[in-house]
Amino acid sequence: MSLSADEVRRVADLARLELSDAEIALMATQLSAIVDYINQLQSINTDGVEPLAHASDVHDIFREDVPVVSLPPAEALANAPARKGDFYRVPPVFGE
Amino acid sequence: MSHRIIIGLEVHVQLLTKTKLFCGCSTQFGLPPNSATCPVCCGMPGTLPVMNRQAFRLSIEAAVALNCTIAPFTKWDRKNYFYPDLPKNYQISQYDLPFSSNGSLEIETSAGSRTIGIIRAHLEEDAGKMLHDENAGRNDSLVDLNRTGTPLLEIVSQPEMETAEEAKAYLEAIRLLLREIGVSDCEMQEGSLRCDANVNLHVAQPDGSFVATPIIEVKNLNTIRGVERALNYEVDRQAAELERNLESGYWQIDTSRPGKFRDYNIVPIAERRADGTLRPVSKATAGWDERIGRTEVQRRKEEASDYRYFPEPDLVPVTVDETLLAQIRQELGELPAAQNARLQSQYGLTAYDAGVLSRQGRAFVAYFEIVANRCGDAKEACNWIINDLLSTLNERKLDIKLCPLPAESLGDLIREIKAIGLNKQRAREVYADMIDTGESVKQVIDRKGFKPVTDDNQLLELVRKAIAANSKAVADFKKGKTKAADAIKGFVMRETKGMANTETVQRLLLEELAKV
Repeated sequence: MSLSADEVRRVADLARLELSDAEIALMATQLSAIVDYINQLQSINTDGVEPLAHASDVHDIFREDVPVVSLPPAEALANAPARKGDFYRVPPVFGE
Repeated sequence: MSHRIIIGLEVHVQLLTKTKLFCGCSTQFGLPPNSATCPVCCGMPGTLPVMNRQAFRLSIEAAVALNCTIAPFTKWDRKNYFYPDLPKNYQISQYDLPFSSNGSLEIETSAGSRTIGIIRAHLEEDAGKMLHDENAGRNDSLVDLNRTGTPLLEIVSQPEMETAEEAKAYLEAIRLLLREIGVSDCEMQEGSLRCDANVNLHVAQPDGSFVATPIIEVKNLNTIRGVERALNYEVDRQAAELERNLESGYWQIDTSRPGKFRDYNIVPIAERRADGTLRPVSKATAGWDERIGRTEVQRRKEEASDYRYFPEPDLVPVTVDETLLAQIRQELGELPAAQNARLQSQYGLTAYDAGVLSRQGRAFVAYFEIVANRCGDAKEACNWIINDLLSTLNERKLDIKLCPLPAESLGDLIREIKAIGLNKQRAREVYADMIDTGESVKQVIDRKGFKPVTDDNQLLELVRKAIAANSKAVADFKKGKTKAADAIKGFVMRETKGMANTETVQRLLLEELAKV
């Protein structure tokens, strides 16, 4: 398996996910399969192949700097679990 | 112990667009909370960002003005982190292919001018704003997403500034430049210019090497003066901390990890743990408290942040061709550094005077040039503008564009002053009158009767009258007190309301005194 339980714990931590030991083991198996597949791709010789920045060959797509009507605050906040006036209310944040 | 101060600045400026970077919501400051958001900037699933053409254009203009190399091909990346002010849980930023790099900016300090290197400038989106709510015993945070998605240019300097004064000058130079070219209004109070400062010390060792104190990133710098104060405080704090911790044995110089900085060797600091092993002291962040004038070191980061950057699949890359760059270069016009140099070479101004003028911006320099060309005396034009006009504008809190005295009128005034030998006091009287009445210099001088006395016979008569009326001064002069002549001359000047040519009076007076 290409991913250890500790690596999965760290990735879960970065993604703010709390996983049980059983879930960690399951994720390690599943994520390893993905990583193994990528490693398989890595083994292809890409000498002389230009790096690809985007899957589509399109570039330079812009919109003009013209204002549009925004959502009314009530609608913007409709899904907020908690609010105070027209602010979203979230638990206190310490550090990052 | 002597030390070198190493300062690098990360500056964020909001671009002067009407709408956000990836959606059409307004970027206007001070709107009611959460009234300028939409599914795109709120990070709703299934929405797609589309790049604001004007934001990209302004970014290129700024980078060209900062002498950066512009990449012909650039792309955006996701910077992943979780924070309530970032609804998508990632910020669209630029990682390995920023649109610009390798720039420079000229700064002016009391020590002269210096060029500070710029590592890169890239275009990203701003996050929302957090407010802390301490009502009802709770310690919740409130989030306003209006700012989310506002176009933000991040400009990263080389760690090349060596004093807090240089850091201040760098910010002032960036602010002047970006305001002049209309890229950002750079209002620190409104958050459209923000700054984080990385600072540490390289302390000289007897063997010629330097000990590097751990780098501190100072955040929450809301004023340019605050940046200077915070850096000065932080430098003293790091010097004291190093001395204290080396003396107590808590810190050790870690010779096992030597490094190089520019052309000299540096060694880092390590922390002695309870089991006797050494552990590197990592970079930390510190908050600046403007009120108490102190930096407060927050936790040290055990490992570098892991933002798991990856290419943004929802945005396509952007290309820049020479035609666009040539057009931008042409439209940018003369930038502050070039203007400063030209004021010195074309008008013979001192570096100081040229600096004062160019720091006031293009419109101000244009005003100066009209005055200088009209009166034919650039130095005098500069003196009047710096000493008198600037005070008038400051007192009335006016921009040069609303200056109550047209440049042509000030030029005429200076020329007239010279032509009729008006003294400074009278000249200032005319200046103030011209501003109040809007009349021309000729009209004001006529009205006030400031007619120069040029008739030598009339002056001779006055000199004789003065000699007759000042017998004591004449006697003193005859005893060898040459200064006594000034009192007699003063009499003549009073009689002529200061309108006599002092050199003529002096000559006539000495001739007459010789006859006494």
